[in-house]
Amino acid sequence: MTLTEKIMARAAGKKSVQPGDNVWVNVDILMTHDVCGPGTIGVFKREFGKDAKVWDREKIVIIPDHYIFTVDSKSNRNVDILRDFVKEQGLKYFYDVIDDPNGHWTFDASKGQLKRQYGNSFAGVCHTALPAKGHTRPGEVLLATDSHTCTAGAFGEFATGIGNTDAGFVFGTGKLLLKVPETMRFWFEGSLQKGVMAKDVILHCIGDVGSDGATYRAMQFQGPGAKALQMDDRMTIANMAIEAGGKNGIFEPDDKTFAYVDARIKANGTKAKYDALFCDSNDKQTFVYDKKFDLSKLEPTVACHPNPGNRKLAKELGSVQLDRAYIGSCTGGKTSDFLAFAQVIKGRKVKIDTFGVPATPDVVHDLQTAKMNGKTVWQVLEEAGVQMTENASCAACLGGPNDTFGRLNKPMKCISATNRNFPGRMGHLESQVFLASPYTVAASAITGHITDPREVLG
Amino acid sequence: MSKVIHGKAYVVRDNIDTDQIIPAQYLTLVPTIPEEYEKLGGYALCGLPKDQYPTRYIPEGQTKGPYTIVIAGRNFGCGSSREHAPIALGAAGCEAVVAESFARIFFRNSVATGELYPVESTTRICETIRTGDEIELDLDANTLKILKSSKVFATKSLGDARPVIDAGGLFDFARQSGMIQAQGNHSKATGELAAKEPADD
Repeated sequence: MTLTEKIMARAAGKKSVQPGDNVWVNVDILMTHDVCGPGTIGVFKREFGKDAKVWDREKIVIIPDHYIFTVDSKSNRNVDILRDFVKEQGLKYFYDVIDDPNGHWTFDASKGQLKRQYGNSFAGVCHTALPAKGHTRPGEVLLATDSHTCTAGAFGEFATGIGNTDAGFVFGTGKLLLKVPETMRFWFEGSLQKGVMAKDVILHCIGDVGSDGATYRAMQFQGPGAKALQMDDRMTIANMAIEAGGKNGIFEPDDKTFAYVDARIKANGTKAKYDALFCDSNDKQTFVYDKKFDLSKLEPTVACHPNPGNRKLAKELGSVQLDRAYIGSCTGGKTSDFLAFAQVIKGRKVKIDTFGVPATPDVVHDLQTAKMNGKTVWQVLEEAGVQMTENASCAACLGGPNDTFGRLNKPMKCISATNRNFPGRMGHLESQVFLASPYTVAASAITGHITDPREVLG
Repeated sequence: MSKVIHGKAYVVRDNIDTDQIIPAQYLTLVPTIPEEYEKLGGYALCGLPKDQYPTRYIPEGQTKGPYTIVIAGRNFGCGSSREHAPIALGAAGCEAVVAESFARIFFRNSVATGELYPVESTTRICETIRTGDEIELDLDANTLKILKSSKVFATKSLGDARPVIDAGGLFDFARQSGMIQAQGNHSKATGELAAKEPADD
């Protein structure tokens, strides 16, 4: 069996499963956020009754992160709906925007977008926060009401996005019927060359199979090149499995995985026990696609408007003039993403409007303490002209309400370290988004046109 | 249960993602609140690029449109897991989407909510059918017919997903089949559940 099949079989209490089987799996963690949480709660109450209790109050994680720093009253209300439900159900893991369990969340626009407006429990973008807060464990099943849930496949678990109705069902039963996907294997060899990042790897792979090339399938990233990648890199890659249509992306867990996971479980006091599963030998796995990728041959890559499979090389796109650059989101807002970004930006000035949105408050803290040439990374970025906000959230990655920080409110061309670029994704319907690595976004921010970062990296 | 859906077609092409079906700024609306459900209908497909789709799916200022069936190319519903997407279409009066292929989560959400029938065509019909054409989708015969020309196209069977949508979605189906208890009782899935529940993914 492939790694996805092994995890699903165990979660279903079966010795083995095959692609196409529909199996009831036991869910280890169910996560929801402010956009889909209120609807999920609505489905749960409608279907199980207003006094119903969730199946396990320690297995539901609630992370408001999408529309937080906005004056939109419905958005603020939705965070309050989550808080009320958490209180009523006694849920253990809720990363509220405010610290007062009896309070109401309202964003104060008069204080501006840049200064922190959240309390100590806030965790930021869910897919970055889940591992950071100790909720991702090898071998487990993680379901969440967000398509980028596949990020957690980086930790050797089965993780996929579901809708409100399915999530409402899991709230009540702890189970969900899932079809076992066929597996595509992406075998990585070699190591990334200067100026090339994990984002380039996944943009290359999506370009190879197309933006629906992995529909209904698992994407298994394996090989010595995969083992050589850091955990953040694996997250960046697994995050975008959905952009090829994939049901999940998955890496085999190894010592790096265990060290990362164990440290965060310990720091947060979450469930420590897990039972990792590993890849069988090649002759015991069946793939519908199996291809080798030499990572040392990859170059800085861009997914052009209007879909993540529209692949070009950065060096071919010098004629594309830009209006904006953006770094942030679950795929590009980690500390390591900003450090790479800053490595290019440092000592220079951006030529176009450039927005930086850290994924989590921890990333904000890292950037405000880590030093580069005697200054904090945060200072380095601000001095280069990058508009940095402390208000960690999904922000303009998915447009959001009109006052969202960095949102494209008029037709423009934006290069972005985010994960999706269908028409209108970051706001205005006629804007165009080009997806690229933090290096490429930084290099392009400096020149004002799409730029291969190897031209500017010292 | 015999089922024929008849009405006007609205035609789109490939890779219509969830941001085009329901732009992200409208996700503040909670589908289980009735008046917000209705509002979602008014925004269905309002994220389509205007230059390619000059005819709006929903006329300005209305919450329901004249089109009962959406015809699409490849990868309809790709992108986010937002259930608001099939719900917005369903609230707008759409009963079926006939596409060359669907993104996984959209397909699943359509079945789980029972909002619409996500039917796959066997050929690329979005180049032949025009917005406004009167068409007829027969879910038993697995055909799609343009009434004016009497041209008939084959569609794929919905298989196990069909009875779930017929019942009105995952919960209604599970209740009808006795897999979970009647509404209002907090119930665990019964032992029979695994054996009986059809595939909806």
